[in-house]
Amino acid sequence: MAGQTVTRAELSKSVYQEIGLSRNESAQLVEAVIGEIAAALGRGETVKISSFGSFAVREKGRRIGRNPKTGEEVPISPRRVLVFRAAHALKSQINDALTQADAGKARAELLSRAKAQPL
Amino acid sequence: MTKSELIEKLAESNPHLHQRDAETVVSAIFGEIAGALARGDRVELRGFGAFSVKRRGARTGRNPRTGDSVSVAEKHIPFFKTGKQLRDRLNQGNSKP
Repeated sequence: MAGQTVTRAELSKSVYQEIGLSRNESAQLVEAVIGEIAAALGRGETVKISSFGSFAVREKGRRIGRNPKTGEEVPISPRRVLVFRAAHALKSQINDALTQADAGKARAELLSRAKAQPL
Repeated sequence: MTKSELIEKLAESNPHLHQRDAETVVSAIFGEIAGALARGDRVELRGFGAFSVKRRGARTGRNPRTGDSVSVAEKHIPFFKTGKQLRDRLNQGNSKP
């Protein structure tokens, strides 16, 4: 794995390479997109980006947790959490690119077996 | 909110931008994130969250209906961890007193 970290800077770079805007303006647009998504989530809306994935806000109820070190009971108050579900397209793009060739072969084998022996 | 609604909002708040350009901007952003993950990179957006890829090793699974064991190949899956600022924003107003 490459193990590099991509940040807002790289995102705005790809924006200004796509359309001839200034770096400054591209950075503002990246910020605006992130801001709109965060605002929608703040309102409790689900944000669906086709072929990428969806962000949804889930309500968690009150429950009793435990401090694992001391065994002490601590109440965990109700809260909202964000869950991201990747789209199939994103999952397969990542898996196809990163999973090694032998796994790919195994997949191809399964596929050909499935073709030879239809359900 | 859907991707097209996000594009509309972006075009509305940036009147000099054509709808088509707003679409290009949004696609470039998500395309870059997806491309980075496919290279095995991490994408960190401070205040929003971080996308990363996790490896799931090969394992022997079972068909829950028949109990047959099947081998499940190694795979890589995308993962998102919410940033602190966004997490706090979601809980504004209903946090502890």
